[in-house]
Amino acid sequence: MKLLRLAPENTKFPFMRFRRVSYPFSAVLSILSVVLFLTVGMNFGIDFSGGTLMEVQARSGAADLAYIRDLSDHLGLGDLEVQGFGSPADASIRFGMQPGGDQAQQVAVAKIKQVLGDSYDFRRVEVVGPRVSGELVQSGTLGVVLSILAVLAYLWFRFEWQFAIGAIIATMHDLLLTVGFFSITQLEFNTTSIAAILTIVGYSLNETVVVLDRIREMMRKYKKMPTDQLIDMSVNAVLPRTLMTATTVFLALLSLVVFGGQVIRSFSLAMMWGIFVATYSSIFICSPTLIYLGLRNESRAVAADEVTARGGKTGAKPLSSA
Amino acid sequence: MMRFAPWKITLTLAATLIAFMICIPSMIGAQNRAALASVLPSWLQPESIVLGLDLQGGAHLLYEVDRADVIRSMVGNLRDDLRRLLREEKVGISGGIGINARGVQVRIPEASDRARIMSKLSTLVPLSTAGGSGVDISDAGDGLLKLTITDAAIDNKVKRAVEQTIEVLNRRVNGLGTTEPNIQRQGNDRVLVEVPGLQDTNRLKEIVGTTAKLEFRLVGDPGANPGDVDMLEQTDQPGKLPVEKQVMVQGEDLTDATPGFDSRNGEPVVNFRFNIRGGQQFGQVTSANVGRPFAIVLDNKVISAPRILGPITGGSGQISGRFSVEQANNLAILLRAGALPAKLTIVEERTVGPGLGQDSIEAGKKAAYVAAALVVSYMLLTYGTFGVFANIALLIHISMIFAALVLLRATLTLPGIAGIVLTIGMAVDSNVLIYERIREESHAGRSIISALDAGFNRAFATIVDSNVTMFVVAAILYFLGAGPVRGFAVSLALGILTTIVTAVTMTRMMIALWYRYARPTKLPI
Repeated sequence: MKLLRLAPENTKFPFMRFRRVSYPFSAVLSILSVVLFLTVGMNFGIDFSGGTLMEVQARSGAADLAYIRDLSDHLGLGDLEVQGFGSPADASIRFGMQPGGDQAQQVAVAKIKQVLGDSYDFRRVEVVGPRVSGELVQSGTLGVVLSILAVLAYLWFRFEWQFAIGAIIATMHDLLLTVGFFSITQLEFNTTSIAAILTIVGYSLNETVVVLDRIREMMRKYKKMPTDQLIDMSVNAVLPRTLMTATTVFLALLSLVVFGGQVIRSFSLAMMWGIFVATYSSIFICSPTLIYLGLRNESRAVAADEVTARGGKTGAKPLSSA
Repeated sequence: MMRFAPWKITLTLAATLIAFMICIPSMIGAQNRAALASVLPSWLQPESIVLGLDLQGGAHLLYEVDRADVIRSMVGNLRDDLRRLLREEKVGISGGIGINARGVQVRIPEASDRARIMSKLSTLVPLSTAGGSGVDISDAGDGLLKLTITDAAIDNKVKRAVEQTIEVLNRRVNGLGTTEPNIQRQGNDRVLVEVPGLQDTNRLKEIVGTTAKLEFRLVGDPGANPGDVDMLEQTDQPGKLPVEKQVMVQGEDLTDATPGFDSRNGEPVVNFRFNIRGGQQFGQVTSANVGRPFAIVLDNKVISAPRILGPITGGSGQISGRFSVEQANNLAILLRAGALPAKLTIVEERTVGPGLGQDSIEAGKKAAYVAAALVVSYMLLTYGTFGVFANIALLIHISMIFAALVLLRATLTLPGIAGIVLTIGMAVDSNVLIYERIREESHAGRSIISALDAGFNRAFATIVDSNVTMFVVAAILYFLGAGPVRGFAVSLALGILTTIVTAVTMTRMMIALWYRYARPTKLPI
């Protein structure tokens, strides 16, 4: 049987030559993401903005969106965001925080239930009060910051500082671009999106670590090779694996997007984007940083010795045949 | 690497078999599960996976004990206790007892009086059962004493209020007859109420959110001093009713309450029974006030105000108030369970109807099957025989995540399913790392056995490194996330742990066996 190969055998792409393109390109995208985030902003879900989200389903026929929209005038609830989704019978109703604290949110929900209760089923009701949403913002931010710090610490412990910095730059790059993705697509940003972001951070580091591991090994083996050649060789060596894994994860996510239902679609789409960005950044952003940080210039012998000493622990042996 | 001790193989096989067996009960449906349970011995009952509220439908309500309400009632008690103390100690005061946001103040002109009761004042608000003062006393000059309740005393009281609230809510929600409600403390002043499979959240909210403070009080005479009565709203008719401040009997003195019907007009009513103290008190007051109306007051609203037709000494009675059957039922539950120590406010609500939950399960299942099918075919196409090994490892990997979820009694949420689907994609990463490495080593000219050996050894460090970072992320998500997101973190973390077992150990074992029996002359990848 002829086996499927995504990457041709023994590729020799000069990846590092692209750094003159990829760096400015990524810098522009990152800045654009920040600008988008600050101007357009993300579409914060009620987890973070507070408010109420209801999913209703008409008991018979289609949901009367116009009628539901009109309710905002009758009930005095302020801006009522009504959308159809899924089948024609389904509609989602979203409105912001009602003035008057936690109690007022419940009053608003009761009003809508009273009006629609006879002809609609309430499939989902979520009410997040002002204090809880504030706390969710806090714990979400804390989570992202903590995980970056924790992973930084781990990388510092396992690799040389240049590697750690390269990994962090790549991770920040992925984070920013994901934020940009949320701003541009206006996908709802909620607690599940934080999970998506953290998973992207994890995946991005996973990718980066695989590349870095190989670079470190190559450094040991080819002590005289110039850094950019060495990195090119390492990246080419792990390329089949990188493409293979990105594809399997992509396939899993694709089926989540198509079949997983409305609730986690935003999560799956963000993850898909994250996989793409993380794969790109591990090759084009993280690795070139090592050249800029002068991995070799800084007394190569010392670095190499240190690496051998550390590498010994992980069970990697120098190659006996090449 | 190509040798495995027989005990290792046995252990691996046993672990796999156990994982499969743990998964079975969750796969066969509730009916078959019950049938299985009846034939198995009691120590081997089948456990099904616990579904989160977003999958089985249900209500998640986060309540907060109203701190302001707690403070208000503490200040009220402090005033009453102070008044009693001053009366008992025969201390003269000028003016009344003043109330402010955090305490009371009183003017005691005589210095000797002040000195005499100072030590007693500090015991008015005990900080804990062990003693200690929960009140700061300051002398504002001119004999004016200010008593301020300390933060510690309030915190303490809020903590106790949360504990009491949990007790009361347990009794109340159990009274609703729902299955396995989960009521627990969250943080300092919050109570989480989770009720799976509940359709009607309005009733739950009524049952949980009502303070249910019941009082029997005499209706004030038309000419009574306005200072002695409260003007209270009525539930069955408009207009306010003057009700004496003095409470005859309180809800605490009820021993039982049951819904029933009035024997004369068939209206739904609540029958109740007093304890001995309540019965005696009620008997005394009704004997002394025949002909006067008394008010049955629930949460400062008059439910009904019947006239006392004669002394009621039997220790039991009936509350009527033009109830519907459900209202009478609810009231009986509330009275049996007792009153809440403080007002509760909903700060977060997440309710999922059973229809949506079922849809989510179907969607999740479908996504998982399709993802598995795609990844499995892809691995087969890419790695042939080795792909088969990876796919067997993947199957074991998924069963192990599932089994671990069942054993840990962790809840499976929709993001949790997403986590499992995601690990389907990521689990094979370890295999990919190993296989690609084997290929590389073999292309570099190594013999089959040496390439296999080097592939596993070299890839292992990378697998550990890359999985540790993911695990750290999952751990942080677990500790900071709530509800469904936590479910995602659990699936992800378990997926990472089992992938090391399945992808590394099991695949290696399979390849070793294959090598021994197939005697390959070249690597199939």
